[in-house]
Amino acid sequence: MAVDVSKKKKIEKQLVLPLSHAFNMSLRSIKIRFGRSIIVTSSIVLGIAFLMSILSSNAFITSIIQKGPESLKIALQQNLDEIRTRQLWLISLSLLVCVVGIINAMLMAVTERSREIGTMKCLGALDKFIVELFLLESSIQGFAGSIIGVFVGTIATFLTYLLRYKGLIWSIFPGELLIRYSVLSILLGIIISVIGAIYPAYVSAKMEPAEAIRREV
Amino acid sequence: MPKDAIVRTIGLKKTFLLGKIPLHVLKGIDIEIYRGEYISIMGPSGSGKTTLFNMIGGLDKPTEGKVYIDEVDIAQLDAYELAWLRCRKIGYIFQTFNLIPVMTALENVMLPMIFGGMEHDEAMNKARELLETVGLGERLHHKPFELSGGQQQRVAIARALANDPAIILADEPTGNLDLKTGKEIIHLLKEMNKNKEVSIITATHDLKMLDVSDRVIWIRDGMIERIEDRENLQIRVGEVEGEEAG
Repeated sequence: MAVDVSKKKKIEKQLVLPLSHAFNMSLRSIKIRFGRSIIVTSSIVLGIAFLMSILSSNAFITSIIQKGPESLKIALQQNLDEIRTRQLWLISLSLLVCVVGIINAMLMAVTERSREIGTMKCLGALDKFIVELFLLESSIQGFAGSIIGVFVGTIATFLTYLLRYKGLIWSIFPGELLIRYSVLSILLGIIISVIGAIYPAYVSAKMEPAEAIRREV
Repeated sequence: MPKDAIVRTIGLKKTFLLGKIPLHVLKGIDIEIYRGEYISIMGPSGSGKTTLFNMIGGLDKPTEGKVYIDEVDIAQLDAYELAWLRCRKIGYIFQTFNLIPVMTALENVMLPMIFGGMEHDEAMNKARELLETVGLGERLHHKPFELSGGQQQRVAIARALANDPAIILADEPTGNLDLKTGKEIIHLLKEMNKNKEVSIITATHDLKMLDVSDRVIWIRDGMIERIEDRENLQIRVGEVEGEEAG
């Protein structure tokens, strides 16, 4: 049909959600549902704080072995080898729990917001806009949570080591290593929060608008 | 000259599954709605109004039959084209207003224009104009929860008009409003219908809507009971009310 073809051409025009706009929307979504955001963020804070406390603890021990007095070296070296394998398990487990926590909280958010998602679809939002919004929101929370987690973890470990080794800590302070570990932890924090949000975002994007609007929560 | 049909449905059927029992909500609806018309779809609760409304708006897929919007069979559209259609051709108004809670009135109206690819400043100016048209020029920066029901519905009307759609679909637009506010909203819709030449289709059981409708489509048990022009309606208001009561 001739009419059909010309209409189809017109329909090929663009639909967009500029990143700055999406970022703004996600940020506000977090702000207005601050309670829930805190829960998601705190699960990341805890996971990353745990990770960072172990990493920084390693950094301190390595530094003491390299720069500290002979007497401590041998004992610590033995200790370190023993602990390493167990650490890996603990870290993976804690991060896994963290991801599950995020998935849970984000699925709740999807249910809670299904009408909003449906409305946006009625206004012309593509599935990928919805996914984008959820992933952005989660990665903002991941970023904020990781930064707090890194601080909490590092400071807690630092205080423990300060109590145990007193003045020695200042002379062997592994600054560079800590920074490297911090960056690693923050990246990891963002990655796991995005991973946790993928499934909920997919679920929300796939909802039919009529169904999403009808759904009463 | 034949009138220009903006919406056309042919043999529209919709069946929902309630567990294993099929529920036939729409049992074959054929309607034609012309450009610039104000149509009310009336019927008791559970008659299939909202389902029909969702089909026409491309919000849900029919089990059988076809829906043409502006001569395009919407079953043939892919997800992207369907989203584009919702964005540019159709404006939606809901009983529960459905504004985005995190956004101000102005931003709510801007959203469909942003999706449609309009520049930020241009969208802002147009949104401001639209909000002034619906009488909310003073409340641009209020969030939905800071507005009354009537005001929220005005924002929703402005938002529905954002991309100059050909059709506005309103599902029970007065359902959550008091009598007076409901009347104001109906008149606002009528005004937009006249001034902007947009077709308005409402699913409603609000009898106040009869006054402004060009045609009324009565639905009962998933079928068209009758279609009436306004001239015929006014004589029969008594009967109409009787029917609603019974």
